[in-house]
Amino acid sequence: MDLAPQTFRITRADLIRYAGASGDFNPIHWSDRIATKVGLPGVIAHGMFTMALVGRAVTGWAGSPDAVVEYGVRFARPVVVPDDDQGTEIEVSATVREVTEDGLTRLDLTATCQGEKVLAQARALIRTPR
Amino acid sequence: MSLDPSFVGRTYPPTASYQVGREKIREFATAIGATDAAYHDPDAARALGHPDVLAPPTFPITITMAASRQIIDDPELGLDFSRVVHGDQRFRYHRPVVAGDELVCVNTVEDVTNRGGHGFLTIRTEVTTTAGDPVVTAWSKLVVRGEG
Repeated sequence: MDLAPQTFRITRADLIRYAGASGDFNPIHWSDRIATKVGLPGVIAHGMFTMALVGRAVTGWAGSPDAVVEYGVRFARPVVVPDDDQGTEIEVSATVREVTEDGLTRLDLTATCQGEKVLAQARALIRTPR
Repeated sequence: MSLDPSFVGRTYPPTASYQVGREKIREFATAIGATDAAYHDPDAARALGHPDVLAPPTFPITITMAASRQIIDDPELGLDFSRVVHGDQRFRYHRPVVAGDELVCVNTVEDVTNRGGHGFLTIRTEVTTTAGDPVVTAWSKLVVRGEG
């Protein structure tokens, strides 16, 4: 299995689009005024948006959009998204922890932003690609 | 204010059914930049053995997060939603969600702990079809940040 690391860019426009598609309109994901008021450095990405991007990497590595059996993460650190054209980037990588006899592969996942881990205990169980 | 541990094990009545729309799946897939044909094209999904377009792995959160308001808004639990942060999320899939599914959520409070001035609430949501066939189980751990 080719577990080439993947990079995803996140801009403010992505957060607005995700808010609409997911129904999560928490203002910390679109208003600097509210985000700083609750002690954040600025607008942050939805944790579930980061999890969705990492999920794209997982289905990509699995080679099929329907190969994920289990997927879980802990949101360890917020992904701050500046209000400019570049936004920010997350880097996603994986290692194989276990290949089971019944055709499943357990992956340990890492997602970093600005060199810091934004997820902890991030794991996926996928059907082992043939 | 701490969370009441006696809520552990409490199961709430099934939610009203949610009809999964093809365009909603496409909209969600587009929003996360997922271009796999099976998320957008029914024929591509059928080629993989599914009846219609399938949803990306984290799509069920759009259904379960709304369903969990049943617990979050329970006046007996008295949780201050403005202090809630998403701590952990996990899914176990029986099969992907597909367009045309009519889904029902049953929420159970799986764990309540209070530590370091913060409350931790784990909600398990069993997502099934209206006929009772299991689709996905979601666990959401919510952190209720303490004052100050």
